Amino acid sequence: MPCGLFFEKYAKDEAIFPTLWLKLWMVALGVALLIFPWFAQILSDLMGINLLNLFNLILIYIVGAHGLNLLTGYTGQISLGHGAFMGVGAYTVGILANLGWPFWLALPAAGLMAAAVGMIFGIPSLRLRGLYLAIATMAAQFILDYAMRNWTALTGGSSGLTVPQAELAGFSFDSDFRFYFLALAFAAGATMYLKNLSRTRTGRAFVAVRDRYLSAEVIGVNLFKYRIMSFGISSFMVGIAGGLWAYYITIISDEHFTMWLSVQYLAMIIVGGMGSVLGSIFGVVFMVTLPEILLIPAEAMTNVFPHIFGIFASLRELLFGLIVIAFLIFEPDGLAARWHTVRAYWKLWPFSY
Amino acid sequence: MPAKGPAGIKKNSQATQEQVQLMVEDIHLRFGGLNALSGVNFVVKKGDIQAIIGPNGAGKTCILNCICRFYHPHQGRIVFEGKDISKVPTHRVAALGIARSFQNIELFRGMTVLGNIKLGHHTHMHSGFISGGIYLGKAKREEMRVRKEIEERIIDLLEIEAIRKQIVGTLPYGLQKRVELARALAMQPKILLLDEPMAGMNLEETEDMARFILDINEEWGVTVVLIEHDMGVVMDISDNVVVLDFGTKIAQGTPREVSKNPHVIEAYLGAEDAARSKLGL
Repeated sequence: MPCGLFFEKYAKDEAIFPTLWLKLWMVALGVALLIFPWFAQILSDLMGINLLNLFNLILIYIVGAHGLNLLTGYTGQISLGHGAFMGVGAYTVGILANLGWPFWLALPAAGLMAAAVGMIFGIPSLRLRGLYLAIATMAAQFILDYAMRNWTALTGGSSGLTVPQAELAGFSFDSDFRFYFLALAFAAGATMYLKNLSRTRTGRAFVAVRDRYLSAEVIGVNLFKYRIMSFGISSFMVGIAGGLWAYYITIISDEHFTMWLSVQYLAMIIVGGMGSVLGSIFGVVFMVTLPEILLIPAEAMTNVFPHIFGIFASLRELLFGLIVIAFLIFEPDGLAARWHTVRAYWKLWPFSY
Repeated sequence: MPAKGPAGIKKNSQATQEQVQLMVEDIHLRFGGLNALSGVNFVVKKGDIQAIIGPNGAGKTCILNCICRFYHPHQGRIVFEGKDISKVPTHRVAALGIARSFQNIELFRGMTVLGNIKLGHHTHMHSGFISGGIYLGKAKREEMRVRKEIEERIIDLLEIEAIRKQIVGTLPYGLQKRVELARALAMQPKILLLDEPMAGMNLEETEDMARFILDINEEWGVTVVLIEHDMGVVMDISDNVVVLDFGTKIAQGTPREVSKNPHVIEAYLGAEDAARSKLGL
């Protein structure tokens, strides 16, 4: 019996899931995700959280986090404007859906609109890098934020905009249960897309731009084209996430797409692992789930000490911040890197020498 | 050092028009008040190993940077295969068939060895961000074709099978140099510009690298322009040597001619020592 993996074909070696067991595990995961909604109610009652709602948010954010990870993790260009680009997607859906555009047209339009806006604000990336680019994209965040709040004729301002429910071929995604499948499809699609992109010509060129842009140019990578393309694809994905969010929440206002959301997106991919497809998934799950889980002890405590509710509520934020900092210190490469070390450990256990 | 076979001792006759692959004509390059290059001329013949030597700061790397369009010379032209490339954008130079390696390794450190080499093939691939993201049909076939080609032609030639899956940043220096050569080869170059490929290597690694360069030159028929400080290597493997000093060409010829040239000896050893060596002291 061979001890280890030996591939005899290049195609086998390049496969994402090269072994039978990995494939089986992935099928199992897929089936589990598909049948999950039928058990969600029982589990939710057990845990005291609305699990379906939580999962829907996670799946929507995964699409957006993949987008930002493509830009920041793979191409190495930081953006503090992705919260606003998500808002552009959400408002595009809101406005077009109210004009009577169907779901299958309004959602791609949201992505394209966000891509266009992202590409325009990505132009400074040709000259700026690192912190300087962060400030430039932060300007995008503030400009778009201002537009969303004050262009009331288009966005409804702070009173918000109501969005009709998503409908595809007569099927209305009008409940958490139904929307779950839509969000799952998009999250899975975005994940596959990013994984495939990262192992083909375009994805490699992005990494080249990140690691050494000068030698990237020598091997024939057009820096201008790939920097802008990265901004475009990334904003497209986050715009789609915004569109889905609008269809899910059905009422959008400017409060949601602030600087805080941009920072949260960055935190997701940093905690999860930059430049890793798995990283954005882990990061989103972590960042969306943790506040909910921290809510459980906070609520329990409030029941015992009702008068000091405010303190426990802020304790939750505090704990959240502490956990994130601890992660950055002890696992700076993110959850995905930890996942790989754990897997490597078990692969050789108990003879790890 | 492997001796050059009969095929290697060749073409010392006058270069005809077809034999000329690269022509550097009267290149002037200034940084502020400093004349990095002042009127350098030379011709590289097809299939040659052309060495460029000179003391530190002579402008050797500047010449390579001008050829691959990193620097824009203030005057003069660079003609590659009959075409003036002085106005070609930097990222287009690769597609013309000009590849280079760097003095300080410029690899994509976060990627695997395979990823780096595949990136070298960038200009010869066609999948875009849509077909690549879907990874069916064309894009997948292309990936497989490139993988096969890289494995069988380059990884095999440079003997880096064992490290193909490793992250480049974790590799030792000598191997990184080899990976950089592999990446340059994946560009399917017509001319290969190597900037000190043996710098910082031990004897064994130097001999390996010299062997690779000779193999590439003879088997693939790739012209090589080589900057190197290791005179033993230069004298052994090059067909022709250009000597630069303070931004001007002071000599050109076969290794034997150049090593006897009084200007060259003076540039390397100083006037006094040159006089002594003439007297045999």
